[in-house]
Amino acid sequence: MEEKLLVIKNLRSGLEDKEILKGIDLEIGKGETHVIMGPNGAGKSTLGNVIMGNPVYTVTAGTAEYCGEDLFEMSVSERAKKGIFMSFQNPIEVPGISLENFLRSASEEVTGERVRIWPFHKEIEKNLGILDMDGAYADRDLNVGFSGGEKKKAEILQLMMLKPKLAILDETDSGLDVDAVKTVSGGIREYQKDADASLLIITHNAAILESLRVDKVHVIVDGRIVETKGPELIDEIVKDGFAKYEEQGE
Amino acid sequence: MKDEKTVIEDVNREFYDFRFEEGDDVFRVSEGLTEAIVSEISREKNDPDWMREFRLRSLEIYKRTDMPDWGPPIDGLNMDNIVTYVRPNAGMKASWEDVPDDIKTTFERLGIPEAERKSLAGVGAQYDSELVYHNVKKEVAEKGVIYTDIESALHGEYGEMIRAHFMKLVPPQDHKFAALHGAVWSGGSFVYVPRGVSVEIPLQSYFRLNAPGAGQFEHTLIIVDEGADLHFIEGCSAPKYNVANLHAGCVELFVGRNARLRYSTIENWSKNMYNLNTKRALVEEGGKIEWVSGSFGSHTSYLYPMSILNGRGARSEFTGITFAGHGQNLDTGCKIVHNAPETSSYVNTRSISKSGGISTFRSSVVVNKNAENSKSSVSCQSLMVDSESRSDTIPAMDIKTDKADIGHEAKIGRISDDAVFYLMSRGLSEENAKALIVSGFAENVSKELPLEYAVEMNNLIRIEMKGAIG
Repeated sequence: MEEKLLVIKNLRSGLEDKEILKGIDLEIGKGETHVIMGPNGAGKSTLGNVIMGNPVYTVTAGTAEYCGEDLFEMSVSERAKKGIFMSFQNPIEVPGISLENFLRSASEEVTGERVRIWPFHKEIEKNLGILDMDGAYADRDLNVGFSGGEKKKAEILQLMMLKPKLAILDETDSGLDVDAVKTVSGGIREYQKDADASLLIITHNAAILESLRVDKVHVIVDGRIVETKGPELIDEIVKDGFAKYEEQGE
Repeated sequence: MKDEKTVIEDVNREFYDFRFEEGDDVFRVSEGLTEAIVSEISREKNDPDWMREFRLRSLEIYKRTDMPDWGPPIDGLNMDNIVTYVRPNAGMKASWEDVPDDIKTTFERLGIPEAERKSLAGVGAQYDSELVYHNVKKEVAEKGVIYTDIESALHGEYGEMIRAHFMKLVPPQDHKFAALHGAVWSGGSFVYVPRGVSVEIPLQSYFRLNAPGAGQFEHTLIIVDEGADLHFIEGCSAPKYNVANLHAGCVELFVGRNARLRYSTIENWSKNMYNLNTKRALVEEGGKIEWVSGSFGSHTSYLYPMSILNGRGARSEFTGITFAGHGQNLDTGCKIVHNAPETSSYVNTRSISKSGGISTFRSSVVVNKNAENSKSSVSCQSLMVDSESRSDTIPAMDIKTDKADIGHEAKIGRISDDAVFYLMSRGLSEENAKALIVSGFAENVSKELPLEYAVEMNNLIRIEMKGAIG
């Protein structure tokens, strides 16, 4: 039996004076990896942020069920506790707490259980290795002074440590060089090893998807999903771009 | 973080909101401060003659000096009833049973030992804390350091030294509350560190707070002689319970040639308190004063520690943090006078305001004509936790020479919604997310403190941040 993790119906949302999502339908099953592609300004990041609960966006219509519960009734931290995670485009610098200490408290918040310090530390070290980052990053203040690429890698480290049920990756590959994209992709693959781990990858670059298992690809244009297909759609878009969908939208 | 949370999660900030029960007429004295009252204080303290005269002279100055008219309102102080402030214990039997339950709970949650709780509440048996105090005293005495209460030192071999320095840096003419202090001061510490002596452990006035009247008009006089080194810590982070709500203490610090003094304070007055404290340091050639100042609590504060850099190459470093919550108006900052060549000052402050609190940073840098090749750098950052809070910056500079290097930087900001969203997306509650951001913002100050104080200050920030939402 196919279990649905997230079911979104006719979602309309946007900023105070501007509708961005104009009726989104999306279903993500347990263990599935979905990719959202689309031109700039189509509403890709907005969709991710609305699922995570960014208060900047107002939901004006539609429903969303996460694990059978009303998503829009949950606060941001409740969503996190129930297994939703988002890798940010622009992670915030927080002085005064090290990456490791932050991850430990976040992990305790999410699981409600005490973290055993030493195994947790070993796991961070291992994952930093996979991400090709120096172990010293664990002791540095959360994102403080990290380069753009280091911040993105640190987000994937958080993904690997917090082990959410549904991970939204909001343009994690933007601003990364070819090698860094491969490294980050390796971290995501680690996360995918868990059969129940679901992903919603927002990107306009196919490189990050190369070594990942992908179940469905959606194209968003002007706030609507205009196409949904299997992974073969990635190649079509790499070849032809979004032009034909944009014409449709007009 | 989990640990801290389990300790304090139920702490309500109302624990700090003590009310001064004015309704009870027993303690009301309707006349102003008179010569007779000041003479009586002097007699009770067995003052030397010069001190009695000093008190009476200060009283005269007090009477003819106007209230300050430039800072936060202090109308809540009824100066006609000043005796109420001066003699809070008159006819009162303070006992542990009378201390409100909330503050007892707060002590408990902050982990203050039983004996010290009583002393902090002003009802402690003196010997409890004196014991600790004497042990410290013995350790430093072996190096020739004098660390004692100032009242008894007046009569000992250091009496003349105190006379030569007492209120010479902060004369009673300075302002009305300095004059009041001169007339009615009571309790406080005297420290003398002889030439070349380094005191390794910080001396703490913490243990001395329960002396009658201390924590209200206490006088701190510290003399660090040539080449000597001292770290002195005043106060502690537990809220101090005071029946009367005026604090007009005075701190005078003399830093000799090539000497160093670090003076750290964490003040957390109960939230009915008017904190009108005066602190000043005189630094000689090659000497250095380091101020670390944390201002929490109080209803209204005027606090601007001043450094007078009086010898070539003298230096001042000021690190401060101010936290103004609901109903609080905290006006803090510092003053520096560069009065010799090649002197330098460095100011770095953080202020936080939340729930309608007002936090003002006020600084004054004066570089005199003779202070050529001096440097001054002032940086203040303010963080408003919500949109009802206020933050102001009032820097003043008076530079009388062209040959000086002066820098000033001010930043005022709000906690960004993006940052809160980011941390909440990792499972933190809104409250904890904001507390984490504020602690990080305060970190430059907490890292200047000895570890146990830094931990206490972080706890304090967390407690203050509780209830910031809604």
